[in-house]
Amino acid sequence: MAGIVSYGGYVPRYRIRTREIAEMWGEDADAMEGGLRVESKSVPDEDEDTATISVEAARTAFENAPVEGDALGAVYVGSESHPYAVKPTATIVAASVGATPLMTAADLEFACKAGTAGVQAALGLVEAGRIDYGLAIGADVSQGAPGDALEYSAAAGGAAFVIGDEGVVAEIEDTTSYTSDTPDFWRREGERYPQHGERFTGKPAYFKHTEGASKALMERLGTSPDDYDYAVFHQPNGKFPVRVAQSLGFDEEQYETGLLSPKIGNTYSGASPLGLVATLDEAETGDRIFFASFGSGAGSDAFSFSVKDGIDERRTGLKETFEDVEYIDYAQYAKHKGKIRRD
Amino acid sequence: MTAPRFWRKINQRYRLVGTECRTCDTAFFPPRDLCPECRRESDIAEKAFSGEGEVVTKTVVHDAISDYDAETPYTLAVVELDEGARITAQVVEGDGEVDVGDRVEACFRRVRDEGEEGIVQYGTKFERV
Amino acid sequence: MLRDVAVVGVGQTSFGEHWERSFRDLFVTAGVRALEDAGVAGDEIDALYGGNMSAGQFIQQEHVAALIADYAGLATERVPATRVEAADASGGLAFRQAVLDVASGASDVVVASGVEKMTDLGSAETTEALAGSADREWEVFGGGNVAALYAMMARAHMDRYGTTRRQLSEVVVKNHENATNNKYAQYTNEVSAELVESTPFVSEPLRAFDCSPASDGAAAVIVVPAEDAEDYTDEPVYVEATEQASGSLAVHDRDDITTLGSTARAAERAYETANVSPGDVDVAEVHDSYTVAEILAVEDLGFAEKGDGGAFVEDGRAAVDGETPVNPSGGLKACGHPLGATGVRQVVDAAKQLRGEAGTQVEDASVAVTHNVGGTGATAVVNVLSDRNGRNRRSR
Repeated sequence: MAGIVSYGGYVPRYRIRTREIAEMWGEDADAMEGGLRVESKSVPDEDEDTATISVEAARTAFENAPVEGDALGAVYVGSESHPYAVKPTATIVAASVGATPLMTAADLEFACKAGTAGVQAALGLVEAGRIDYGLAIGADVSQGAPGDALEYSAAAGGAAFVIGDEGVVAEIEDTTSYTSDTPDFWRREGERYPQHGERFTGKPAYFKHTEGASKALMERLGTSPDDYDYAVFHQPNGKFPVRVAQSLGFDEEQYETGLLSPKIGNTYSGASPLGLVATLDEAETGDRIFFASFGSGAGSDAFSFSVKDGIDERRTGLKETFEDVEYIDYAQYAKHKGKIRRD
Repeated sequence: MTAPRFWRKINQRYRLVGTECRTCDTAFFPPRDLCPECRRESDIAEKAFSGEGEVVTKTVVHDAISDYDAETPYTLAVVELDEGARITAQVVEGDGEVDVGDRVEACFRRVRDEGEEGIVQYGTKFERV
Repeated sequence: MLRDVAVVGVGQTSFGEHWERSFRDLFVTAGVRALEDAGVAGDEIDALYGGNMSAGQFIQQEHVAALIADYAGLATERVPATRVEAADASGGLAFRQAVLDVASGASDVVVASGVEKMTDLGSAETTEALAGSADREWEVFGGGNVAALYAMMARAHMDRYGTTRRQLSEVVVKNHENATNNKYAQYTNEVSAELVESTPFVSEPLRAFDCSPASDGAAAVIVVPAEDAEDYTDEPVYVEATEQASGSLAVHDRDDITTLGSTARAAERAYETANVSPGDVDVAEVHDSYTVAEILAVEDLGFAEKGDGGAFVEDGRAAVDGETPVNPSGGLKACGHPLGATGVRQVVDAAKQLRGEAGTQVEDASVAVTHNVGGTGATAVVNVLSDRNGRNRRSR
């Protein structure tokens, strides 16, 4: 059965504290930190973007993979911050891992779930026997307008998964999606920052779709939260994933391993995939992982993974990279994020 | 650097694909099509470099050409790759902490933009191991 | 050489920011001064060589040798004019080509000139143009401009030989002091080491005052067969050797980045041809585009032991009354560095030393060396000049 053959995550090493942003805008720092349950978020270096983060994640995945880049038949990069409006990020990634030219590639966009859409697309091609291996990436250098609520959480990071049916270490038992046309968060062509429907992003969007996909998947598989050792959800902040996990019947022991947003913020397309990377780094053979992404607009892709032999050889030590970080102030952050225009 | 000129060496810039002379067993990065030692007896083949090496010398650039102006100050180094060739590239490390003799490894970064409307040119920089 | 060659006339413009003077104004002034100095008329000239690094980038003008010939009034005489380019060694090469032309017997009266008009561009564009002397694909693309590359050579020299920040500063102190008597120099003010060390970093460890400035200027010399020299002047300056050597374009491709192999090789050949040793040299005009470049030069030219260049300058051995006076004109640092003009300007200043006409005069100077480098050292030109008087007179 097909699934994840190897994986890798990348989070830039710079961090800004929620308090620093709150103080900049004269907001109540304690209330902001407590309300979002995000202490700090990751910030890309000035020369990092979705393409570089995708490449670093992909290269980490190939460090431990049983195959080389040229084995790939497809590369999909999901993001809402592709460096180009027209010209794929996926070709940059493909070239950087030596996958070109006999392969297909495309960029995907579905707010924060474009990465898992790529996993499903690659999985379909593998299961159909069209390709041997596919690479699916979710990565973002997300944007929040200065002073907007999004600015407290919009972070940078990404994760890459090599999907195949040989050498699988996390079998995809099944996947289900729940999708509707729900305008909770958007960015129009040519606009720098996204807009959102504030509280409309919660119940009718995040919770309805995540719960919808999750329940449908468990019903189809005949599983319940008790059957899983770990649970990972999209994490736009530190609060929503905990609430959705609890409402579905998962407890802290199951979701804490994959809950990264309190430390790194919301990495958008990278968010739930990075949670999965952190979980795979700790899961043992035989463990089961429940996973659900969410993307505004809106949809959720739920997956059930079964961890297989060989997982020990694939571990990446993602969380260890969180120990060597550099905290920056708002001025440095503004420079890193290109918020200061020089022309 | 125009798009075709950048694109022509994309494998070299992205993946450190250099060359080697099999006659004298010398590795070249940047790639050479003619071995300066063996010249017409050169037997040149592609060679992939691991991207690991050591800082030979470095500087912190404060005054850069305009394309790199937004990044100053940045650390620039000559890195000797383990396979034997040397390259000039930025070292991505806060506050210029990297020093001569430090071990470094390749990472993938934006190197320059061809203006706001032009192409983004990616390539190899280094980070301290 | 098939026949000996002598310099019989020299001329230059002042170097600096010539806001009101164009590229063509500059070379005409320098050329006329050289011709007047030699007492040569335009219709006697057989050929012209023009050193210029980058008129294409600085003033969007190519085909500059033809322009020079035209505005110098030589086009009507159909004088062949050739542009010579080797970054900021262009002037040194133009001189060498002129000497070889005469030495070969092909021409009898040849003008070697160099010119650069830099200040029409802003500092960012100037740095960009200068970067054309380095490897654009593999040094500049990575963020290495010329100052950064020299800074890395300086760092390596400091690490290996213990060269100090103060020793770099002493190069500036000496060269500015020398230039106080040079009416053509861009800077004629004295500076202290402390002042040098208080200027902003350009590329660590190099600071703003470690760098030669962007300048406008032109220089020209007239060369003729040695046997005819006294028909033009009472004080001919003889070209004992003109040698040129190459090195790798990129600094990273050099086995040893604390030496310019091109300089060392050109110097070795020049001394052999001229039958002199470094100890015989009375005065040297060397390429101090950056302070560290002068330290490398005094070593690679054999005036100081390798690694000892910093101390050589600091201890006053390169001073005008020292063991080997280096850059009594003020060098590139204080004279200014109009790229393509510099190599010819060095010959002008060396000739003045040998004639005893220099502002900061080295006593009894009889053998002079000029040393011109392109970019970070992929090209070097070393000339040995003499007055064939006194202790260094030799029969040939």
